[in-house]
Amino acid sequence: MSVQFWTFLFVILTFGLYIGIAIWSRVRSTQDFYVAGKHVPPIANGMATAADWMSAASFISMAGLISFLGRDGAFYLMGWTGGYVLLALLLAPYLRKFGKFTVPDFIGDRYYSQTARLTAVFCAIVISFVYVCGQMQGAGIVFSRFLEVDIVYGVMIGMAIVFFYAVLGGMKGITYTQVAQYCVLIFAFMVPAIFISILMTGQAIPQIGFGSQLTESFGGGYLLDRLDGLSEQLGFPTYTEGQRSTQDVFFITAALMIGTAGLPHVIIRFFTVPHVRDARKSAGYALIFIAILYTTAPAVAAFARANLINTVDNVEYSAMPEWFSKWEATGLITFDDRNADGLIQYTGDAATNELEVNRDIMVLANPEIAELPNWVVALVAAGGLAAALSTAAGLLLVISSAVSHDLLKRAYMPEITEKEELRFARMSIFMAVLVAGYFGINPPAYVAQVVAFAFGLAAASFFPAIVMGIFNRRMNRHGAVAGMIAGFGFTALYIIFFRFVNPAVDNAENWLFGISPEGIGSVGALINLLVAWTVCRFTPEPPAEIQELVADIRRPEID
Amino acid sequence: MPGRNDDAYWKANIRLVLSLLAVWFLVSFGAGILLVEVLDNIRVGGFKLGFWMAQQGSIFVFIVLIFVYINRMDTLDERYRRSESDREDSTQ
Repeated sequence: MSVQFWTFLFVILTFGLYIGIAIWSRVRSTQDFYVAGKHVPPIANGMATAADWMSAASFISMAGLISFLGRDGAFYLMGWTGGYVLLALLLAPYLRKFGKFTVPDFIGDRYYSQTARLTAVFCAIVISFVYVCGQMQGAGIVFSRFLEVDIVYGVMIGMAIVFFYAVLGGMKGITYTQVAQYCVLIFAFMVPAIFISILMTGQAIPQIGFGSQLTESFGGGYLLDRLDGLSEQLGFPTYTEGQRSTQDVFFITAALMIGTAGLPHVIIRFFTVPHVRDARKSAGYALIFIAILYTTAPAVAAFARANLINTVDNVEYSAMPEWFSKWEATGLITFDDRNADGLIQYTGDAATNELEVNRDIMVLANPEIAELPNWVVALVAAGGLAAALSTAAGLLLVISSAVSHDLLKRAYMPEITEKEELRFARMSIFMAVLVAGYFGINPPAYVAQVVAFAFGLAAASFFPAIVMGIFNRRMNRHGAVAGMIAGFGFTALYIIFFRFVNPAVDNAENWLFGISPEGIGSVGALINLLVAWTVCRFTPEPPAEIQELVADIRRPEID
Repeated sequence: MPGRNDDAYWKANIRLVLSLLAVWFLVSFGAGILLVEVLDNIRVGGFKLGFWMAQQGSIFVFIVLIFVYINRMDTLDERYRRSESDREDSTQ
């Protein structure tokens, strides 16, 4: 049976499953809508967090990015997992103890200030919108490439599905669909990885295959040594050595870690469990579930890179397998026979290189390159969609709760009843889906770039404000608001300047301390801390009831 | 009702968090970034150690750190609860 048939089958089956869950998990109260009634068991919350967290970018692009970055790819790997240590140790248990619905809830109450609440609402909406557009676009791309559905219809189908379960079930619907989506995406990621590992090294566990010897048909020797050798031979940078400066890698890793811990759609997942100790546990489970994919991705990156070079280098163009022309048609592979010898020269030298390979190919086409069975090839589409939709739903809920709960109920329309608030919550999720869908179909040229910067912005605004709110009893509203504005403002301006205003000077010589815009969020977080601390020293300390609130957050639960 | 054990509990918690974060920093920023070239001189099977720490090892350590934290905090919470209820008994 054809790849097309299997793809349709998997997509229809998984979508049917998501819709079934949505109908089963309809909700009637705001508590259910925002935090799933606080009834989610930690292991389910761990899976939901993992699916929420792993986006289309983690699933489709990350392994490919690493296979072109080599060792430097570690900043994604460590940055996007190390943040969970910060979450578990510094944020999750205390925010759960605080026990409200949203991140602006905490900021607004802890800093006894509507200005602080509104600043937090603004940051949460900007960060989540930037991020969600990328997800819709990702869903559209998967539809168009695998099902040959027009990208516009692809985005619309994705929107309709998310809309259905998010509006009906709120956080409850989202949580249980995310559990299902985690299972789909991890299966879809692992099966091809295991197949390729067995094929190339005879090891079933990709993490072990990564450090093993290649089989005879792939030339023998350790995989990584072979890859270093091939890279050198073809003029690419050595795979296991770094290209970027140490301080840049350091700051990018820090920005991604701190940003992960500051992303509102991840933080709110910890509001959904019954007890404080469950919040700690779910962070641990979440990291295990994430690590399954994150420790496999670098192995896939290395397998795919070696396999690609083996397949194409100095081979006749006319002898290329079927997948080559298929992906050529989508523009993700381009071949230009410069010296007209009919052979493909794939080199690190721009003057003689004849092949351009889009990094997304490494995951999307990997099963085909390794000649895996059709049903394995088809899994990738269902997995990519699960990754994109689960993240989109989590983000849309943040936007919806920021509007209906923080903006309306807590700030401008405190007199509305719970029923009305729930109606506003559903309306705002509906609006958010439409806006996200619009940008998914008509992506502003800069969306893909901006998604990566959502982390920098989250790192520079939320993380320091929340951590200080818990660990510094003396921190007051003046300090926190000044800190958030300074951190967010600095980071946003630095990124906008180098990426949009004056891209010509976007290089290491002009960067502050050699830190690229991707890593500047960690400096923004430091600025936030320093400004907050300084302002706080010269302004009155918070009222007694706020200091008691902090003491209460720190005290263990007595049940 | 503020408990008498609040301060002791919080201090023990801070000590635990700081020591775990020290390990967190050492394996990721230390072994995976700052010392990666040095560790690369050591080979373990097909891996250079620094490269392995950067792309695999640090992630495994992160998981262990969180589970150590979960475990220790459960113990701390339990001790706090027990001494709080002792105190309530003795004041009655």
